[in-house]
Amino acid sequence: MIEIRNITKTYLNDDVETQVLKGVSFSVKDGEFVAIMGPSGSGKSTLMHILGALDTPTSGQYFLDGKDVSDLSDDELADIRRSKIGFVFQSFNLLPRATVMRNVEMPLLYSRVPKEEREEKAKAALISAGLSNDRFYHLSNQLSGGQMQRVAIARSLVNDPALILADEPTGNLDTKTGDIVLATFQKLNESGKTVVLITHEQYVAEHAERIIHIRDGVILEDKKNENRLVKKLQ
Amino acid sequence: MNLSDLFEETFFALFSNKVRSGLTILGIIIGIGSVVATLSIGQGVSNSIQSNIASIGSNLIMVTPGAQQSGLVRQSAGSATTLTLDDANAVQSQITDAQYVAPQISRSYQAVAGGNNENVQVIGTTPDYANIRSLNMLYGSFITNSQVTAIDPVAVLGPTTSDNLFGQGVDPVGKTVKINNVIFTVVGVTYPKGSSGFVNQDDMIVIPVTVAQHYLSGGNNVSSITIQAPNQQSIPLIQQEVTDLLLQRHNISNPQNADFTVTNEADIIATVSSITTTFTIFLASIAGISLLVGGIGIMNMMLTTVTERTREIGLRKAIGAKSRDITMQFLIEAALLTVIGGILGIIFGAAISALLSKFASVTTQVSAFSVALSFGVSAAIGLIFGYYPAKKAAQLSPIEALRYE
Ligand SMILES: Nc1ncnc2c1ncn2[C@@H]1O[C@H](COP(=O)(O)OP(=O)(O)OP(=O)(O)O)[C@@H](O)[C@H]1O
Ligand SMILES: [Mg+2]
Repeated sequence: MIEIRNITKTYLNDDVETQVLKGVSFSVKDGEFVAIMGPSGSGKSTLMHILGALDTPTSGQYFLDGKDVSDLSDDELADIRRSKIGFVFQSFNLLPRATVMRNVEMPLLYSRVPKEEREEKAKAALISAGLSNDRFYHLSNQLSGGQMQRVAIARSLVNDPALILADEPTGNLDTKTGDIVLATFQKLNESGKTVVLITHEQYVAEHAERIIHIRDGVILEDKKNENRLVKKLQ
Repeated sequence: MNLSDLFEETFFALFSNKVRSGLTILGIIIGIGSVVATLSIGQGVSNSIQSNIASIGSNLIMVTPGAQQSGLVRQSAGSATTLTLDDANAVQSQITDAQYVAPQISRSYQAVAGGNNENVQVIGTTPDYANIRSLNMLYGSFITNSQVTAIDPVAVLGPTTSDNLFGQGVDPVGKTVKINNVIFTVVGVTYPKGSSGFVNQDDMIVIPVTVAQHYLSGGNNVSSITIQAPNQQSIPLIQQEVTDLLLQRHNISNPQNADFTVTNEADIIATVSSITTTFTIFLASIAGISLLVGGIGIMNMMLTTVTERTREIGLRKAIGAKSRDITMQFLIEAALLTVIGGILGIIFGAAISALLSKFASVTTQVSAFSVALSFGVSAAIGLIFGYYPAKKAAQLSPIEALRYE
C-alpha cells in the first residue's frame, strides 16, 4: 500500500531552514493498522501530510499502490486524495454552518456523484462511523466533540478509500469517547481498510498492530505491538 | 463538480452570510440602478428636445440679431437690435425661393379681459406665422395681411389663453382683451397643439407685427425672422441668399462682422443633441463611478470571504477539490452576487425613472441598450473583480489553509 524511501522535509522561512523530517523510510501493507507515535514537534503531522498527498517531500520517494507520488502536480495530488485517501483531522475541520449530511457529502461533490447516490453513501458512512440517525440533519456546530469526530470519520469513509489517515483523532476527546472512536477504527480495519493513526499517547498507540516511534524527524523504533488492546463496539 | 451542485454550493455560501451578501448586492443595485436611471433620463431628455424642435416646424431657417458665433451660443442675442421689419420685408420680396417669411417680436405682457388677467407671451408677426407653425383655427380666423398693413389692434389667442381669460369653451371672437393698456379685438382662437416646442403654443397671443411695434415695443426692430424653405435641399441656398441680402442691406462687406445670425433647424438639432449627449455622458460617468465602487465592494467582500473561509478552502482541497473547482466556486459566487444585484438594479433604475417621469415631469426612456449594457457590465464586474480573490483562494496550499487561524 504505502512505501516511503528516505523522505526528508525542509521548511524555509525567512532564510531559516528547518529540517523536520531527516530521512524516514518504512512501508505499510494493505490492511495493516499502524500507529505513529512521537512527542510534540517530532514531525508526525508533517509525515502524515506527505502520506496523505497534502504535501510533497523535499527529497525521497513515496510510492502509493506502487505509483510514485512524490513529484505530482497539485491537481494530480487532489485526484489521489479524492480517490484513495480518507483524512481525519485532529481539529475535525467540519463546515460549521452546514448540516452533518452536507459535510459528509462534500467529498462526493468533487467525484461528481449524483445527489441521490450521495445521500445514500453519506448515510451508510455515518452509520458505519456510529452516529445515530437523529443527528443527520443537525448543524455540525451543534454537535458534541465525539459526534463531530464521528462525522469527520464518516466524511473520510464516504469515498470508500483504501487508506484512512487519522491525525490525533482522540486528541480532543475524553477517554470514553476516545475509546469508541478507536473501536470504530478497529472495525474499519477489520473490514479491510488500511489505517494509519498518529498519537503521542502510548495508550492510544496500543490499539494498533504495529507502532512506529519517531523523534526529531527520524524513526527510533518500528515494531509489532505485542499486547494489542482490542475494543468492541457495543 | 457538477454545475447544479456548484450553484447549490454557491447559494448555500451566499445564504450563510446573508448580511454581507445583502450589502454587497445593495452596492451593485445602486451602481446599476443609477446607470439605468441616468441613461434613461439622458435618453428621454434628448428625445423630447429633438421632437420639440421638430414640432416647431420643418425646414426652418432662423435669422436672429447679434454676432455670429458657432452653433446656438451667442452673447446677448436678445439685446441686439439689428433686425428690422424692413429686413423681413426685403427677404419676403427678394428671396423668391423662400416659401414663408415671418418676422417676430416676442415678449410677455399682462393680458386682462373682464375680471381675469394672465401673464402671457405676446407674439407680433405676420400671417405666414400660422403656416410656419402649422396653426389651425378653432374659432374665427388668423391675422391677415391687411390687418398688418392697417396696424389693426386685433389678437388671436391660444386655446389655453382663451380659456383662462374668457372661460372654458367660450368663443371669445369679437370680445376685447387689454394688453399693456391697449385694447385688442379678438379675431380668432387657435386649435390646441399641446405643449410642444420651446413656446407653449396653446398659451400665447398673436398680434400683427406692426401693432406690436407701434403700441408695445416701439421702434422698427424685430426679435427674429423665421423663413420656411420649400424642402430640405434648398436650405443651404436660401441661407446663403438671406445672408448676402442682409449683409448688403446692413452695409457689411466682411461676413465675419455680420450683426445677425442665420441658423437652420438641423444646426439647432445637432447642437442640442451634442449638448444632451455630453450631458448623458456626464451623468453616466458619475453612475459608472458608483458601479466601479460597487465592483470594488464585490472584490472586497470576496477577499474577506476568501480570508474568512481559508480553512474551508483548505478542507475542500484536502478532500479532493482541484484548483479549478475552487476558482469556479468563488467566481460563481461573485458573478451570482452581481447578476442578482444587476437584475434588481435594472428594476430599481427603471422604477426611479418611472417615478421621475411621473412626479418630476422629466421624460425618461429605459432603452434595451442601457439594460443590456448595465447587465453586461455587472456580469463583467463580477467576473473581473471576483477573479483575483477566486484565484487567490485556489492557489492556497491545503495545509497552510488548514493551519490558518
Ligand atoms: N510551515 C512550516 N514552516 C516551518 N516550520 C514548520 C512548518 N510546519 C511545521 N514546522 C515545524 O516542523 C516541526 C514538526 O511539526 P509537526 O506539526 O510535524 O509536529 P508534530 O509531531 O505533529 O507535533 P504535535 O504532536 O504537536 O502535533 C515543528 O518544529 C514545527 O515548528
Ligand atoms: Mg501534529
